[in-house]
Amino acid sequence: MSDQTHMHVEHDLAPGEEEQHSVGERILGYVVGLGLALLLTATSFFIAGTNLVWQPSIPVALIVLAIAQMGVHLVFFLHITTGPDNTNNVLALAFGLLIVFLVVGGTVWIMAHLNQNMPPMDQFIRMHS
Amino acid sequence: MSMTATVAHAHADPHHIGRAAEHPGPAPKRIVTAYGFWVFLLSDIVMFSCFFAAYAVLSGQTAGGPKGSEIFEQRNVAIETICLLLSSFTCGMASIAADVRNRFWFYLGMAVTCVLGLIFLAIEFREFADLVARGYGPSRSAFLTAFFSLVGCHGLHVSAGVLWLLTMMAQVFAKGFRADVLRRMMCFALFWHALDIIWVGVFSVVYLLGGGA
Repeated sequence: MSDQTHMHVEHDLAPGEEEQHSVGERILGYVVGLGLALLLTATSFFIAGTNLVWQPSIPVALIVLAIAQMGVHLVFFLHITTGPDNTNNVLALAFGLLIVFLVVGGTVWIMAHLNQNMPPMDQFIRMHS
Repeated sequence: MSMTATVAHAHADPHHIGRAAEHPGPAPKRIVTAYGFWVFLLSDIVMFSCFFAAYAVLSGQTAGGPKGSEIFEQRNVAIETICLLLSSFTCGMASIAADVRNRFWFYLGMAVTCVLGLIFLAIEFREFADLVARGYGPSRSAFLTAFFSLVGCHGLHVSAGVLWLLTMMAQVFAKGFRADVLRRMMCFALFWHALDIIWVGVFSVVYLLGGGA
């Protein structure tokens, strides 16, 4: 038994693995995660359909709420935390996020500029005929 | 005595920097498997980010067809979201039950997860069938192509997840909580939670942002 505990101190945590081992604490973690996620989801759906807030702020609020909820899922469901045994998992996640932001941000940026620089098609055809 | 020494050492050097040379052997199989699967999940998320980027670029290109706000039904999306959230929770309960080797709670948690996943798939299938029947299939406009490929790709992942879930139940039934079965269960839980994270992006970007515009 003490050998088992020893092993856990020695090695890194696998993704999805938790540090504490009592069943009650683990269930509590999932309950807290579910509560936070439901709260954020309800806020998202409420904000999307309401007239109570300044309309131009809605897209930004939705994106912020979505990122917050992804964070809640990562911490409470996938157990990716900043703990010392989680370094490898967090570094892999950071690299994945870098690629995601490059792909999405780069695409939106470039395509928005392409649309701006391209005249409408009929005008384009008139220019070259 | 040696235990206290280890704990004290771990506190002095939480990242095990000074101990790399002392333990040159490979990590246990459980950690290697789960880490490899985590890297696969991240590559899957990168693939989804391409679909998200395509949707963001094409969401305005309706070619005279319907806009997002005309075809999305918030109530269905809310039900789908709650189904996936609850299924993520019950999947967590099932993995705790697998760790403590409790068959009853494992089967119950997995069965509820399966039912919630199937409800999600049924609602999504009905939405797709309804859109196609109204003539708003994926070939109608660039916006609908991007919509069907992003949401459909997530739906395919959920379908694969449900099949995997049933396989895990069968394996536990036939082989019990063996070490290899528990490793697969761990990967399945990671997969299911990752799908829920992607769905958060889908309902926020596609349905709420696209529906409001």
